[in-house]
Amino acid sequence: MSLAVEAATRLGDVELDVALEVADGACVAVAGPSGAGKSSVLRVVAGLLRPERGRVRCGADTWLDTAGGVCVPPERRGCGVVFQDFALFEHLSAWRNVAYGLRGLGRAERRGRAHALLDRFGLAARADARPATLSGGERQRVALARALAPAPRVLLLDEPLSALDARTRAAASRELAGVLAAARVPSLLVTHDFTEAAVLGDEVAVMDAGRIVQRGTAAALAAAPGSAFVADFTGAVVLRGVARGRAAGLTAVELEGGGRIASTDTADGPVAASLFPWEVTLEPAGHDGAGGSARNHVQAEVVTLTAVGGRVRLGLQAGQPLTAEVSEAAVAELGLRPGAHVTATWKATATRLVRR
Amino acid sequence: MSRAFAPLLVLALAVALAFLTVPVLAIFVDTSPGRLLDSLGDPVARDALWLSLRTTLLALAIILLVGTPAAYLLATRRFPGRALVLTLVELPLVLPPAVAGIALLAALGPRGLLGGALQDAGIALVLQTAGVVVALVFVAAPFYLRQAEAAFSAVDPSQLAASRTLGAGEARTFARVAVPAARSGLAAGTALAWGRALGEFGATLMFAGSFRDITQTVPLAIYDRFAEDFPGALALSAVLVCVSAALLLSVKLATRHDGRRGALA
Repeated sequence: MSLAVEAATRLGDVELDVALEVADGACVAVAGPSGAGKSSVLRVVAGLLRPERGRVRCGADTWLDTAGGVCVPPERRGCGVVFQDFALFEHLSAWRNVAYGLRGLGRAERRGRAHALLDRFGLAARADARPATLSGGERQRVALARALAPAPRVLLLDEPLSALDARTRAAASRELAGVLAAARVPSLLVTHDFTEAAVLGDEVAVMDAGRIVQRGTAAALAAAPGSAFVADFTGAVVLRGVARGRAAGLTAVELEGGGRIASTDTADGPVAASLFPWEVTLEPAGHDGAGGSARNHVQAEVVTLTAVGGRVRLGLQAGQPLTAEVSEAAVAELGLRPGAHVTATWKATATRLVRR
Repeated sequence: MSRAFAPLLVLALAVALAFLTVPVLAIFVDTSPGRLLDSLGDPVARDALWLSLRTTLLALAIILLVGTPAAYLLATRRFPGRALVLTLVELPLVLPPAVAGIALLAALGPRGLLGGALQDAGIALVLQTAGVVVALVFVAAPFYLRQAEAAFSAVDPSQLAASRTLGAGEARTFARVAVPAARSGLAAGTALAWGRALGEFGATLMFAGSFRDITQTVPLAIYDRFAEDFPGALALSAVLVCVSAALLLSVKLATRHDGRRGALA
């Protein structure tokens, strides 16, 4: 049983126009900046937003067909939804929230099933608590249990981790990955964070301004971003320039703001060159890489240093902004501080070129 | 100048407080508890109290039954003319009571707009207990509608959406999620409408008259006897003050509960 969505509609300033299929048991992460229309895709599937034109099919059932005049109301679609702020019923205890979607069962059985689900999420002791007294992580797990309780045919998660603090998020992310792996239904997950999409989605669909600009596995997107937008979104550094000529298997790119780099990719005309911060090596200023294999050497000045879990992320100015990630030991040895001059070095094979 | 300002503020508050509370206190100063009980034993007063209780509760039931879904619609749907509808619904709030009485007569009186139709249907309102209820609903409903609309507007729309995706239709979502989530606002609106209905005087007098046991509610009974039996009128007033103060207190408690929950969420 797979899910297929097509929707076209006007959303304020954005023209939503997407087509997406999710295989049974798979999770597609819809990722992109806020305002891209990600949540609207979920709302169309759930029946909470009726697009001007569109079709939604789940298995053999048609939930929406604007051309055929079909629009099944949300209560008869069977979508398990985890809302961005969880949308728990504040006037009901945790177990009553979970039991809300269990219909056609006796009171004792509803209670038993709700408690069993809460137990699975380690919340047995909090079953009688009101949502207002639960922590962020607990609220998220109650929301998940509530969405799973009626055995939904599709799972829809709208930024399920964004309301959590950084410490809770790592544990919640692992748990959510387990839930998604165990779910035997198509899942759609919306996030503005590429790393989250990469961890939770079997595939990632990157959205920008109402459209899906690229879709693939997270690794494939990062390795071969189809546009500067995707490259930037996946966390890569993007340098703008103009590709001029190819010699000895290398494309030369004149960077805007000065400098010249090489890439093994083939391109011509205005391009965006992308590379990952951890592929950039820093050496003392003036180093020209003589004797090494790396082709690209750019003179830069250190602007900022930010510790990111054992690594240090350096903001550099090299005509265009450039980001490098190095170890703490390297920062100490090279005496890197704002204002220091360095040579940023990386390989031509690590440099992706996409046409602008 | 600035040194004189703080004492000026205090003085202004003292004047306002004295002006607003002294008359109310005076009712109790001139009414001994024994006198209050005596007046409750008086058959005219008892009839008025009983009639006020019956008519206000009936009016309240009508207001809640029709007003709650109407306010929900106003709060959750956007439609052309919504602002106009909101204004029209609130209009009786600012109508002088005498105008409300005339308006009701013009609409529902024997020679009024709908008077013929009512007569054909065998419904008599003017100078009847039913007329009192109509007047009470007319003046008190806007208080409830306004408060209920605000309470439903404050309910998180994603909670309503969550209810729908969990298999509940629109009616069930209204009953099981929207009403419980808005309950303290609805309770406050109920208390406000009840308070307004209990004190209603002008429209009732003009539309329903003042006949003992038929249309003479407590405010009308107070007016009726203050010329000849001032202490008796005072005692009845004291009863009304107590009931109204209790209602005001319940509004405060209901809305304070709301604020506390909001702070936690």
